[in-house]
Amino acid sequence: MTVAQGAGRQIGDVILKVDNISLRFGGVKALTDISFDVREHEIRAIIGPNGAGKSSMLNVINGVYTPQEGTITFHGEVRKDMDTHQAAENGIARTFQNIALFTGMTVLDNIMTGRNLKIKSTFIEQAFWFGRARREEIENRKKVEEIIDFLQLQSVRKTPVSRLPYGIKKRVELARALAAEPTMLLLDEPMAGMNVEEKQDMCRFVLDTNDQFGTTIVLIEHDMGVVMDISDRVVVLDYGKKIGDGTPDEVRSNPDVIKAYLGAH
Amino acid sequence: MDIEALKYFATVLAAGLLTGVMYALVALGFVMIYKASGVFNFAQGAMVFFAALTVAGISDKFGVSLWIAVPIGVVVMIVLGFLIERIVLRPLVNQHEITLFMATIGLTFFIEGLAQLLWGSTVRTLDLGIQDVPFKWLIDRTGILISQFDLIAAGICGLLVAALALLFNKTKIGRALRAVADDHQAALTVGIPLHYVWGVVWAVAGFVALVAGLLWGSRNGVQFSLTFVALKALPVLILGGFTSVPGAIVGGLIIGATEKLAEVYIGPFVGGGIEGWFPYVLALLFLLVRPEGLFGEKIIRRI
Amino acid sequence: MIYREAGQYKTTYVSDSQIFPIAQDRYAVAALLVIAFLLIPLFATQYIFSAILTPFLILALATLGLNILTGYAGQLSLGTAAFMAVGAFGSFNFMTRVDGMPALVAFILGGICAALVGILFGLPSLRIRGFYLAASTLATQFFVLWALSKVPWFTNYSTSGVITTQKVQILGFKFDTPQSEYLLVLAIVAVMALMAKNMVRSNVGRSWMAVRDMDVAAEVIGFRIMRTKLTAFAVSSFYCGVAGALYAYCYLGTVEPEAYSLDLSFRILFMVIIGGVGSILGSFLGAGFIVLLPVALSIIVHYTGLPNSVTSNLELMVFGALIIFFLIVEPHGLARLWQIGKEKLRLWPFPH
Repeated sequence: MTVAQGAGRQIGDVILKVDNISLRFGGVKALTDISFDVREHEIRAIIGPNGAGKSSMLNVINGVYTPQEGTITFHGEVRKDMDTHQAAENGIARTFQNIALFTGMTVLDNIMTGRNLKIKSTFIEQAFWFGRARREEIENRKKVEEIIDFLQLQSVRKTPVSRLPYGIKKRVELARALAAEPTMLLLDEPMAGMNVEEKQDMCRFVLDTNDQFGTTIVLIEHDMGVVMDISDRVVVLDYGKKIGDGTPDEVRSNPDVIKAYLGAH
Repeated sequence: MDIEALKYFATVLAAGLLTGVMYALVALGFVMIYKASGVFNFAQGAMVFFAALTVAGISDKFGVSLWIAVPIGVVVMIVLGFLIERIVLRPLVNQHEITLFMATIGLTFFIEGLAQLLWGSTVRTLDLGIQDVPFKWLIDRTGILISQFDLIAAGICGLLVAALALLFNKTKIGRALRAVADDHQAALTVGIPLHYVWGVVWAVAGFVALVAGLLWGSRNGVQFSLTFVALKALPVLILGGFTSVPGAIVGGLIIGATEKLAEVYIGPFVGGGIEGWFPYVLALLFLLVRPEGLFGEKIIRRI
Repeated sequence: MIYREAGQYKTTYVSDSQIFPIAQDRYAVAALLVIAFLLIPLFATQYIFSAILTPFLILALATLGLNILTGYAGQLSLGTAAFMAVGAFGSFNFMTRVDGMPALVAFILGGICAALVGILFGLPSLRIRGFYLAASTLATQFFVLWALSKVPWFTNYSTSGVITTQKVQILGFKFDTPQSEYLLVLAIVAVMALMAKNMVRSNVGRSWMAVRDMDVAAEVIGFRIMRTKLTAFAVSSFYCGVAGALYAYCYLGTVEPEAYSLDLSFRILFMVIIGGVGSILGSFLGAGFIVLLPVALSIIVHYTGLPNSVTSNLELMVFGALIIFFLIVEPHGLARLWQIGKEKLRLWPFPH
């Protein structure tokens, strides 16, 4: 067993399954016939060289891109194309490769946006700050404060995100995704561009999230050390094709993967 | 359809097309600036007004002939172009396009105020020595009524477009300009003086505004309504694509022709005055079908 | 040392979620309301009411409307005056055609008419952005004004096109003096500003800002882009519509399409830029600034002995120059300057 951590969690059944996904932009093939599955509570990594189609894969999973072929099965429901909004309602949250925070808002407001699906009051009730609107605002604020505590963002709570350093921004984005209390979290290079300490922090947060909330995590990462340490299973993509799938140890010894990474022919 | 109705149709169409030439001329100024610096210059109409008023004002106040007033006007417009680049746009480099757009709205007000402060708000006449009478040869042969003035104006526009094409394609500054239009950063790395090129573009746009201003002004009088030409250029650009010179010309002709035809043939049924919004509706309907315009480059958004 | 939050501890999220979390701000707003409702009516002259205060408040309301759309939801509009016109004509028609229609209800219904038109003309925003959208709002401006002047039903078949408004009467009280009109406008504006503040600090406000800042991310989080944009158009147009109705009934005294020209749209846009894009307070600062500027300029021109015709041209130049200046130097406008001042004050006299 490579899964050293996660003593408290039980990897469950398959909750997400993609089958024979192909995605093209005009003549460019971004993904060709990709199939893999993700089990409940596991940490699933997608790795591969630049341009391998990793981000495209995440974009297909939560409906930003529509694949030309293949199906996505989430919680037993088979779809040709995931709708972005449905994905969010079904508990899929994500972060982006190039931080996609709402730059004009404070940290608190950014994280509060993650709770938007929990808010049922109409804008008219909100205009009067009355009854349900006020109650929801306070309740959700409490939940957001828990996440702020969890990710140690207390000191920047009311800072506009545009003033924050890079590493903290990444953490705020994670907080915003967590605020939705997702069942599945898609992380697009959560540790890219970070120094060692920041990476360690981020690793810890990802593992804690997985451990405490039982969130299933699909992550793209370039740092092989990190991937091999924290993930349960790894998918390897190269030029839009799947070339490997399995535990970190299996993937490490897969000759195709070695070839792709070392560039040997 | 009887022959008289057909002749009338041809006359309306011709008048519309010739107005369209004017629109194209104004739109051309927009396209150059947009292509080179990504600025949607709302002030182009104000520049047309400013140029015409300056020439008319100089020739009225100092009693000099247009042979002197026009060259002064050219110099003034070139200086104005460089000044705008230096004072307004350089500090706003890399800002969001909407910010730049709003800055040019501010510029519009400033230029309009300046023009009238310098030369007064009275309507001035501008006589280029071309008579606004029907073109006799054509009316004798075909019965289609076309103003001689409009035809000459169209000829001047054609010459100007040709001259601009030469400038862009055959000269060194033209090459620099095309490089800048393609990619600012890359142009900068190969040593093209970005700000100088932008200054030149604004100066050329100023010159185009002057030509448009002289033609419009001598036809309808130099008055504040010249600035409204800019509002017509907007649908022209949507139709033609923001970055395309041929698009501006074709778009101008289409808008000019259709708005005249609409006014004449649809207008009476709805109370007239539809020229104000008809081009917009046409352009917007077109936009829904083909967002990049007739000749514009396809816009690809990435996340 | 006066403006300080030290010692004001928030022990609950309820108290931290207050509209003005800092005590001094609460006192200041309360004081401002007391001054506006009680002191000003005692001292101001007729001229100040009808030439400065009332138009200031009405334009501030319209600016607030545009700020919701442009500042908060990021959709540039050049058709503000058209939505105001719809509000004015809507109210006029409800007052004319429905017997015993209360003025306040007519204003609200006028605002709702504007909101519906706003939704209709906001539909293109789902496919187009940037100045394509600006062009479509310009089309709104031209089309609405054209329709209002060409379709006789809207003007109740008036021959001149200029209609005197009905008297405003609420619960038997006639609002026919400049002072009472001011108080009516003030009350409406105060309530609507409070509502705007509530919206922008709630989920709907966050949805606007999210779509403005990063629409793809907003969608992934679960905001519906279409609903969000159209809500912004509706709310914004409602504010503009009510402002337009007040403009006709409490300021001009007439309903006429010409009063809602493109020029007015631009002026309101300037108020947003100078006051502060995406700021409720800024809407008031910007409107105040642009209402007072011509007054100040005419006084200056008067004392320097320049001809009066200079004033209007000078006004255009100063407006234009200020817009450019603010966009370059302080894109967040007067509201940001105010905020910087407050932050300095919070630390003063020990800034380190």
